[in-house]
Amino acid sequence: MLSPTSAAAPAPLLEIRDLHTHFFTPRGVMKAVNGVSLAVRRGEILAVVGESGCGKSVTAMSVLKLIATPPGRIVKGEILFEGRDLVPLTDRAMQEVRGEGIGMIFQEPMTSLNPVLTVGEQIAETLIRHKRLSRREAREKAVDLLDLVGLSDPSRRVGQYPHELSGGMRQRVVIAMAIACDPKLLIADEPTTALDVTVQAQILDLLMEMRDRLGMGLVIITHDLGVVAETADRVAVMYAGRKVEEAGVQELFAQPRHPYTQGLIRATPDGGIAAGPRIAGRRPPRLTEIPGMVPPLDRMPDGCAFAPRCPHAIEACRAAVPPLERAGGTHAVACIRSGETFAHKRVPHAVEAHA
Amino acid sequence: MNGILSFARRFARNRAALAGVLVLLFVGAMALSAPFVYPSDPWDMVTMPFVWPGEDAEVWLGSDMMGRDLASGIFHGAKVSLTIGFVATLLATLFGTLVGALAGYYLGLADTLLMRVTELFQTIPQFIFAIVVVAILTPSVTNVTLAIALVSWPSVARLVRGEVLALREREFVQASRSIGMGDLRIIATQILPNALGPIIVMGSLMVATAILTEAGLAFLGLGDPNVMSWGSIIGAGRDALRSAWYITAIPGFAILLTVLALNLVGEGLNDALNPRLKNR
Amino acid sequence: MTNVLLVNDLVKHFPAGDGRVVHAVDGVSLELDRGETLSLVGESGCGKSTLGKTIMQLHAPTSGSVMVEGREITRLPKRALRTLRRDLQMVFQDPFASLNPRVTVGRALEEPLIVQNQGARKERRERVAWLLEKVGLPADAAGRHPHEFSGGQRQRIGIARALALNPKVIICDEPVSALDVSVRAQVLNLLADLKEEFGLAYLFISHDLSVVEYVSDRVAVMYLGRIVEVARREDLWARPLHPYTRALLDAAPVADPSRRRARRPRLAGEVPSPTNPPSGCRFRTRCPIAIPRCAEEVPHLTDARDRHMVACHRAFEAGTFEGGALAERALAGAPATPRPGGAVASSPRSIATARL
Repeated sequence: MLSPTSAAAPAPLLEIRDLHTHFFTPRGVMKAVNGVSLAVRRGEILAVVGESGCGKSVTAMSVLKLIATPPGRIVKGEILFEGRDLVPLTDRAMQEVRGEGIGMIFQEPMTSLNPVLTVGEQIAETLIRHKRLSRREAREKAVDLLDLVGLSDPSRRVGQYPHELSGGMRQRVVIAMAIACDPKLLIADEPTTALDVTVQAQILDLLMEMRDRLGMGLVIITHDLGVVAETADRVAVMYAGRKVEEAGVQELFAQPRHPYTQGLIRATPDGGIAAGPRIAGRRPPRLTEIPGMVPPLDRMPDGCAFAPRCPHAIEACRAAVPPLERAGGTHAVACIRSGETFAHKRVPHAVEAHA
Repeated sequence: MNGILSFARRFARNRAALAGVLVLLFVGAMALSAPFVYPSDPWDMVTMPFVWPGEDAEVWLGSDMMGRDLASGIFHGAKVSLTIGFVATLLATLFGTLVGALAGYYLGLADTLLMRVTELFQTIPQFIFAIVVVAILTPSVTNVTLAIALVSWPSVARLVRGEVLALREREFVQASRSIGMGDLRIIATQILPNALGPIIVMGSLMVATAILTEAGLAFLGLGDPNVMSWGSIIGAGRDALRSAWYITAIPGFAILLTVLALNLVGEGLNDALNPRLKNR
Repeated sequence: MTNVLLVNDLVKHFPAGDGRVVHAVDGVSLELDRGETLSLVGESGCGKSTLGKTIMQLHAPTSGSVMVEGREITRLPKRALRTLRRDLQMVFQDPFASLNPRVTVGRALEEPLIVQNQGARKERRERVAWLLEKVGLPADAAGRHPHEFSGGQRQRIGIARALALNPKVIICDEPVSALDVSVRAQVLNLLADLKEEFGLAYLFISHDLSVVEYVSDRVAVMYLGRIVEVARREDLWARPLHPYTRALLDAAPVADPSRRRARRPRLAGEVPSPTNPPSGCRFRTRCPIAIPRCAEEVPHLTDARDRHMVACHRAFEAGTFEGGALAERALAGAPATPRPGGAVASSPRSIATARL
């Protein structure tokens, strides 16, 4: 296994090593996460990108040990947070980590807020429990936090209930809760998927600003390549429970090496292919499809899970799971043919067509 | 076909429900076989009165105060109880579904009118309402069945209305409208098949209630005087409750077992038809 | 006459339950040419989906007219509407909710033909097989139930159903927003293929600007029940005239890190409630260049140039495209005319001031 951290770089804040999270169901064992290694440094934004069922959310839930057990279980691997392995920790010890070490933001803000408590009470509760603040201090801090995340009139907002706020405001409150105890790492699982475009932009800006101001590490889990391109420093691409490629964001988009990453980028109707005048009524240029669909988790093909959909697949791909190998710099890819096939694969995004 | 098979597999995983089905099959077999096993009229006096169960091999469940064979009464009574239970439920379900579907689909004035009527029926206590109806109509199997159906349709109507209300906004219903499908056809082919699960579950529980109601009416002497049902045996036996409690206990046990079985089946159906529990 | 669909001043109000009225669609006019793709884009609550369903006559319009092939279809008796529906079909958003789980795929595709009395049983079966082939599904799909298919395949079934009656116009309501990226490309390509082969016109409803930019010939931008701008795709992206359009384009993430822009000032706030929309221009409460006139007078869609329509009082100030430029300056923090009531996000590049 190749570790993305070289000796020169500072020790990562979070390092996941060979994580396996499986779900034991009557229909069989679902290998949702099947050997994933990731690392995030302080002040870094790592995007984990993939389609539904690729294991990106389960990876995040595993870090916070929020996997429903049974049926789920971390069967193998280490999750090192500031050098300490979280996997063997008790629930009580994990609660400490969740509040003060790692904050989490979920896709649907309403589900992470308690509808019968005011916004202020919910933020204050975390502060009272983890920071041992008095009720009064906690409330003042709550107002400060709401101010920090850009809510107008924070001293009025602390007394409001979640249903009185709009979707964007709720997500700001969730972020305020997540950063209340100054976590060193923030994990955001599809933080803007439920939001509108203009509000999404506000929230992504806010997350990046929080990173800048507070120096946290930030993991953004998303299916949206647009979100990745706008926010990430580094990107890990997941497919069928494994990381298939990892690189700096510029490099990944400019020179994707895994056929799946190439397919994802080319299947996105964005950038060069969409722009430019077209004769009215004529069909737009074809998007490059990835044929077929993601294999079900309980019926994974042998070898490379992408082989059945891959235009470059050969016999050897089906024989063994390709190892993640370094492909120059911090670029790593799990494809035995990337050396041969990558050279002539240019992506239409390289063509700048916008004004 | 596939759906039915997987439904059967889910249902069979529930042991209690399976036991319920066995009990019901047994009771059904009793009802069907009654004319052959006990070809003579259950009202016939065949032996001494007050023969306790096990005393005489000829009348293994004993005899009542008139010397009638209790076993024969239980077998023939099963037929009456099950028939009234199932027919009354069928009628109530059909009528309740019709009312609920029309109210839930059309909303507006139709909904207001139909649901006010439904509520009117629901405000009267069911059993007392049934007594009044039977008392007015004179007791007969048909009238008892009608009375039970009359008091039990409103709950079906409310259930169906709720289901239809939820389903009518679903995209596949809108898709049917967009191809020009008519309202009645949409209700019949698109909406009701998807509401069938809860209706079936409720129906199985309603059969149990109907059997109890029938027994209650018969106990009060409002059963059909010409047929022997479990309730009428209990009603007759209450005079001798102290000296010969078995006369009430045996049909009572038959009712208990049947109603319990129906409830188990109902719950089993609910689990098996409820898609959220599919993978349990 | 080249338009296949003509919508004139369409209004759809819903009772809000508390006596108030939801102004979901408030006076929308648009036309769709033969073989054209017109996209409706906007954020949730802007009424784009309600507009689609009202055009489709799934909601009875409060007022206004919808003409398909020159024939009025609103307020028709049911029987008369049924035959006219052939020309106008719909593809729904959720591939799981839009197919009846108890009906086989073959039956679902045959239903439109049965309802419309088209063909004998044998011909209908042939048509179903042909439809399945057209959308790239195997022939044996006809005997199976929807739950046996993936999301992408189910969306193909939905498209086949819409295609069954040979429509002129298909309203596509967020047809790919429930699909994964790799499958989305398959469905977008299929829609493009079918459009070319059958000369279909699409009214394409979507919140996803990258998809809209890809599929459209023209784009209509909606905000709170009204269209604020309509233009050819390339004109809209090159010269957005309405400040809302500009903000929308600016906010949409672009899947290309080399085009990552310096952190821009953002449009503040969120869409107000459609039960109580602002007076005058509905965007004025979030608009960086709003003036007192915007609160008093509703701006009407006006042709700025060559079928580029915009509804903004300031779009025509001092030169044709000044409105857009004004909005840009204001968003960038340059001094702009202060808008009434409420502070303008005026300090440059500060996100914290982009308040709600």
